[in-house]
Formats: sequence, structure tokens, C-alpha cells
Amino acid sequence: MGWHLIRFSTILVYLFMFLPVAVVVLLSFNANQFGSFPITGFSFRWFIELAENEAIIRAFKTSLLLGFLTAIISTTLGVLASLALVRYKVPGSNFISTLLIAPILVPEVVLAVALLLFLNFLSVHKSFFMLLMGHVIFTLPFVVLVVQARLMGIRRDVEEAAMSLGATPIQTFFQITLPLLAPAVFAGMLFAFTISFDDITGTLFWKPGGVETVPTQIFAMLRNSISPEINALGSVMIFFTVGVPLLGAAIARRIANKQSQ
Amino acid sequence: MSIETREARQPWILLSPALTSILLLLIVPLMFIVVYSFWLRTATGADQVGFYLDNWAEVLTDEFYRDILLQTLWIALVTTGVCALMGYPAAYFIARSKGNKAIMLLLLMLPFWISYIIRTMSWINILGVSGAFNSVLISIGIIDEPLQLLYNQVTVILGLVHFLLPFMILNIYVSLEDIDINLEDAACSLGASRWQTFLEVTLPLSLPGLAAGGLLCFVLGAGTYITPVILGGPRDAMFANLVFEAIITQLDWPLGSVLSLVLIAVLGSIVLVYNRFLGMRQLMKGLA
Repeated sequence: MGWHLIRFSTILVYLFMFLPVAVVVLLSFNANQFGSFPITGFSFRWFIELAENEAIIRAFKTSLLLGFLTAIISTTLGVLASLALVRYKVPGSNFISTLLIAPILVPEVVLAVALLLFLNFLSVHKSFFMLLMGHVIFTLPFVVLVVQARLMGIRRDVEEAAMSLGATPIQTFFQITLPLLAPAVFAGMLFAFTISFDDITGTLFWKPGGVETVPTQIFAMLRNSISPEINALGSVMIFFTVGVPLLGAAIARRIANKQSQ
Repeated sequence: MSIETREARQPWILLSPALTSILLLLIVPLMFIVVYSFWLRTATGADQVGFYLDNWAEVLTDEFYRDILLQTLWIALVTTGVCALMGYPAAYFIARSKGNKAIMLLLLMLPFWISYIIRTMSWINILGVSGAFNSVLISIGIIDEPLQLLYNQVTVILGLVHFLLPFMILNIYVSLEDIDINLEDAACSLGASRWQTFLEVTLPLSLPGLAAGGLLCFVLGAGTYITPVILGGPRDAMFANLVFEAIITQLDWPLGSVLSLVLIAVLGSIVLVYNRFLGMRQLMKGLA
């Protein structure tokens, strides 16, 4: 009896998590012009209007560029740091690990204020550059955690074999370590991209006037009221942040399979 | 240069870009706002450099700030409690079921990938005046006029629970998985009922996960800015909203610095107490 109750409550928990999101997707295909119930028919019109909305297209481009640059910088920093922590005996490595994940431990609002005020003091004003710095710093801990976990799984003796066969450390890194590292690098980049693409709190502090990312654009649109366009935008966002990583994971798995063959 | 010193230097070369970034973009800025909090906002717009205690005095004595801080902690506390009550059975089910765990865990991770603002605003579609809930009630004739369900403290907590529940479930799940199943079997074979076994063996052993999940929910919940803006009414502001108000709207950066420092001090001391008694390892397990 008890087990059935637990099963039932688990199903309710999953419904609670996914039903509201499913409703967003459902309503984005609703022909009703107010973006709400009742469902009056199936339509793509909100997606078409979305594609014609210049502000949203601009926000999308900003978000993509920001996410992409954040992913590259953050993953580069994160992979190098993880290599040092996993491969070498570094004195004070516990303290260093804590430092590297510190941006998660600080509330995002506080991190946002501190960076804004400090960079402003250095005469770096609200700009795309400040946004990028901010996104790099708060995606870095997640990259470090993911990459470190993956790195632990790579065996050291393959590299040692290459070295003992006469490869230089640099050759070994590019021909042995980096290919083995590829899934970790890829996972780190995806993670950083998704977090950056989704961020809103920090972005609201750092973005210059007139520049919007997709989440801040949605936020601004919500000020008026919920519109069918927001639901459509939500559906597109869900596709990007859920569909793309799932696709990425599938590709990563294929690469890994090829390597193990 | 000998090989040894080069070997010893290599990790620091690898670490230096990341550590420099953390130092310049986080640690120094945090120290900088401590200094900034003693400056003074002037009518001309340029902040007066100096050592003024005015902002600190205002924030620490004004009841307005105290009330919103208490309200923030209260909302975070209730959110954490609800997450624990909803999350525990689900985590238990996933850990002990014979079904497809991988799928259940993947589904649990999925919300992390769905935009936070989309998940928050999705509740307007459910509870809004022309949302799903009201539409159903009106169409089956229970009510004539739509109910005003949104924009209060309850919907803020609802939004936060929706956002934080996966963190709680994952953390409890991790600690439940760590329990040696033989312990439960031993308790049962020694005559304990299933309920007794749960209360005296399983639950105590899963407390570290519950605590780690609770800490995450509380700290993330108490630091939220967006949820109260989208799902709360004018009286449901949380502490992060005050920070935003001071920094972005009023441009009173010294005051904003003080408010930020108060928030990080309160939440930081909670993390420190947790760390003192339970350590950070469980938390890292849940995050990775």
C-alpha cells in the first residue's frame, strides 16, 4: 500500500514539474489571439510573428553570440584549471577548488553588484564586454565541476606510453590528451552555453541600455501581459536549451563510441 | 632551470588564467563593495569617497529592511520545507524502484535545461485570470468569475518550489543510493516493520542529502530576484529586489553595496554553520 502511495506522489511531482511547461508549448500553437485558454485551433502564426519581430531576432543573436563566446572562454579556463588539479599534486588544492567554485556560493545578485561596481570603477561601463566577463565568471564553476568529473575517468598510462615512445609533452597533449579530453571539453562548453543562454539576473545588471538577451526580452515583454508570442518564444527556447544539448549528447556518445572501437 | 622546478611550475601556469579571473572578477570586486559601502551618495550623482557609516546605519536600523529580510528568510524556509516534503518520496521512489532509473533521472535533470524565466512565467498560463485552472472551473460551472490566484506570497513560493525541487530530489537521491541495502534488510529480518525500518535506518542515513538539498534550496531561494517580480504582488518583494532597486533604479550604489553585503553575510553565515557541522563534500556530490 505504502509503495503505491509513494509511486503516486512521485507521478504527481513529475506532473508538477512538467505540466506548466507543456502548457506553454501547447498554447504556443493555439490560434486564440490572447495567448490563453480556450484552445481555438492549431496555428503556426505566433512562430511566424516571432520570426518577423526584429527586437526578438536581435535578442536571439545577442544571446547566441554571448553564449558562444562565454562557452569558449569559460571552457578554456576551466579545462586548463581542471587539468592542473587532476593531473598534478598542487599544494593547497582544496583551497583552490573552493576558490574555483566560489561564484556558485555567492548569491548571483551580489556577484552582479560587485562586478558592476568594480568594473565601473575601472571605467569599464555596462557593455557587451561586461556581460561576457560576468557570464564567464559564473559559468566557470560548473565547467570545472563537469570537466573534473570527466577527467578523472581518463587513464594516465596512455599518456605515459606516448611519452616513453618518444613523444614530447606538447605532442602528447595534442595527439593523445586532447582527443581523449574532447567529450569533457564538449560537455563543458554545452553546460556553459546553456547557463549563459538562460541567465537573467546578472544580465539585467550588466547589460547596457537597448541590448537585450532572450530572457531579458521575455522579461520585458512580461511587464505588459502574457502574449501568445511569449509562449511561442518559450517553445523556441525549450527547443534550444533541451533539444540542442540532447542532440549534442547523442553526438558526443557517437564520438566516444568511435574512439573505443 | 631544472626539470623539477619546471614540473612544479606547470600546474600553476595551467591554473593561473582561471584563478586570475576569479580573483579579478569576484574576490577583488567583493572587497571593493565593502569599501564602496562606506562611500556616500550625493545629489550631483558622483559618489563621495570617504568613511561614512550612514548607509550601514540606515539599513541596520530601518524596520523596512529588517521586515523584508525576515520575509525573504521566511519565504525561503517555507520553500525548503515544501521541497523536502514533496521531494523525499520522489527521491525514495527513484532510488528504490526497479524501473528505468536512467530515464527518471534524466527527466529530473531536464528542468535545469529549461529556461528559468519560462518555467516561472508558465504558472501565469496555469493560474492566470484566463489560465488553465480558471478555464476548467468556469467550463464545469463551479465559478462564474475567474479567481484572482496570482501575485501573492503563495504563488512566489510555488514558483520557487517549482524551480528548486529538482535540486532537493537529486541530493536526497544521492544519499539514498549510498545506503547499504543490507542494513534495511537486516532491520527487517530482526523484526522491524517497514515503517520502523524507514524511520530508524533509512531516514537517519539520508539526512546528509536532505541537509545538502535543504541548504541549496534555502540559499538559492533567499537570493532570488526574478520570481517575486513575475509571480508576486507589490508587497511580496524579497531582499534581492531591494538590491536591484537601489543599484539600477535609484542608482544609489553605496546603499546597494550595503544591502548586497547584508545578504551575503546572512546567507554566508548559514553556509558556514552548515559547513561546520556537515562539511561541503555532500554538497559537491549532489552538484556534480
